[in-house]
Amino acid sequence: MVTRGFLGRHRGADEAARLPPGQHLTSDFPVLSAGPTPRVSTQSWAFTLKDGPRPIARWSWDEFNSLPQTKLTRDIHCVTTWSKFDTNWEGVLIDDLLEAAGVELSTAFTLAHSFDGYSTNVPLADLVGGRAMVALRYEGQPISPEHGGPARLLVPHLYFWKSAKWVNGLQFTTRDEAGFWELRGYHMYGDPWREQRFSGD
Amino acid sequence: MAIHGGSSVSPVTDQNPQVLPPSAKIRWQNAKISRIDHNTPRVSSFWFRPAAPFDFKAGQHVDVRLTAPDGYRAQRSYSIASAPETHEEVELTIERLDDGEVSPFFHEVARVGDEIELRGPLGGHFIWSVEDGGPLLLIGGGSGVVPLVSMLRHRKAQGSKVPALLFYSARVWDEVIFRDELLAMHDARDGFELAFSITRESPRRPVDFSRRLDMPIVAELLRRLPANPKVAFICGSNAFVEAAAQGLIDAGMPATLIKTERFGV
Repeated sequence: MVTRGFLGRHRGADEAARLPPGQHLTSDFPVLSAGPTPRVSTQSWAFTLKDGPRPIARWSWDEFNSLPQTKLTRDIHCVTTWSKFDTNWEGVLIDDLLEAAGVELSTAFTLAHSFDGYSTNVPLADLVGGRAMVALRYEGQPISPEHGGPARLLVPHLYFWKSAKWVNGLQFTTRDEAGFWELRGYHMYGDPWREQRFSGD
Repeated sequence: MAIHGGSSVSPVTDQNPQVLPPSAKIRWQNAKISRIDHNTPRVSSFWFRPAAPFDFKAGQHVDVRLTAPDGYRAQRSYSIASAPETHEEVELTIERLDDGEVSPFFHEVARVGDEIELRGPLGGHFIWSVEDGGPLLLIGGGSGVVPLVSMLRHRKAQGSKVPALLFYSARVWDEVIFRDELLAMHDARDGFELAFSITRESPRRPVDFSRRLDMPIVAELLRRLPANPKVAFICGSNAFVEAAAQGLIDAGMPATLIKTERFGV
């Protein structure tokens, strides 16, 4: 349905091609969180890989920083409809994390966990092949607490709630288990190009 | 207005998360603008009459989308201001953002009788019902007060006596949205306390403040409630929400009892 009197902003061809449906470009980096910002010190920080309930690998902050570091430049898309182009991140690819753990992993699903109890589900296929990382730096600087520092998950091809802030673990699950927002009506997968914002989209 | 969101989030603290069945599909539908109220110089309320009315909880939002003749769409989230008891219509209170795309359309172009596409209700975290109990601590900055007003209207419509306190920060007295209604609610003396903070003017009432939320204000607000809050809802700009949430934590309130919603763009 065309809205009477609405013309929309003029957008260049590059912007039109890179913006998923229903998104608009911002140069800001809005902060959206469901609760207070946790202050996580790197001294107490640790990242744990789990197979179901069983821990299989664990890294301290220093150990994590000595894993291979990779840079990614990606467009990011928030479900609240802002997108931001060419964001620069640096951290540990999930591929490198799994290799460092040296374990054979067979389940197709994962839950990312955060220091504050947040969780979100991402299929393993969306984390490997250079598509996702645990990011430690944004635009060349340590990630600020408001944006999820010291470390946040980065899965830029899915809506940004999947890129869990304050991440402290990745858990392999046998089923596709809903995380925090997925239990509250948000989509289980969250592909911006298919506008999978809410359950049933 | 409050553009609420999800770009990666925080605490898993809900006592009773509103778990939706995976099959629940929230469809786009047309809604006719039935009324426009001018609340303040920059804020107006748009009343929508959806073709298929829906139940919602206080604190939830709807998504609105506008479509240009060339197919281009702009979509935004707006908190519902009206009470869930006002079932046939929903009130969206929209602040005009000068560099915005959707809010200027509503303020300059939209008129009564227009059909707008929306869908809802959305959001299952920043919500409150009288059954959830209290004391209820509400902290709003600017148009962040909108979902909190829905909670207070719900409380009133239910005849609830749950202790509740709203701290509402605005720059000037004339930018206080729903001011007369809130003052009338306060006058009812039914367990609802109201404290404005007017940051660029002198306080109008003895119970009001004229500065940003700080530790002494937090301590005073907690004193005005009969017991520690069962839950706190904070809505506003990110800087406002950060300061308020940290203030409550510093005053000893568990982070798990604090729910936040921050403006996006």
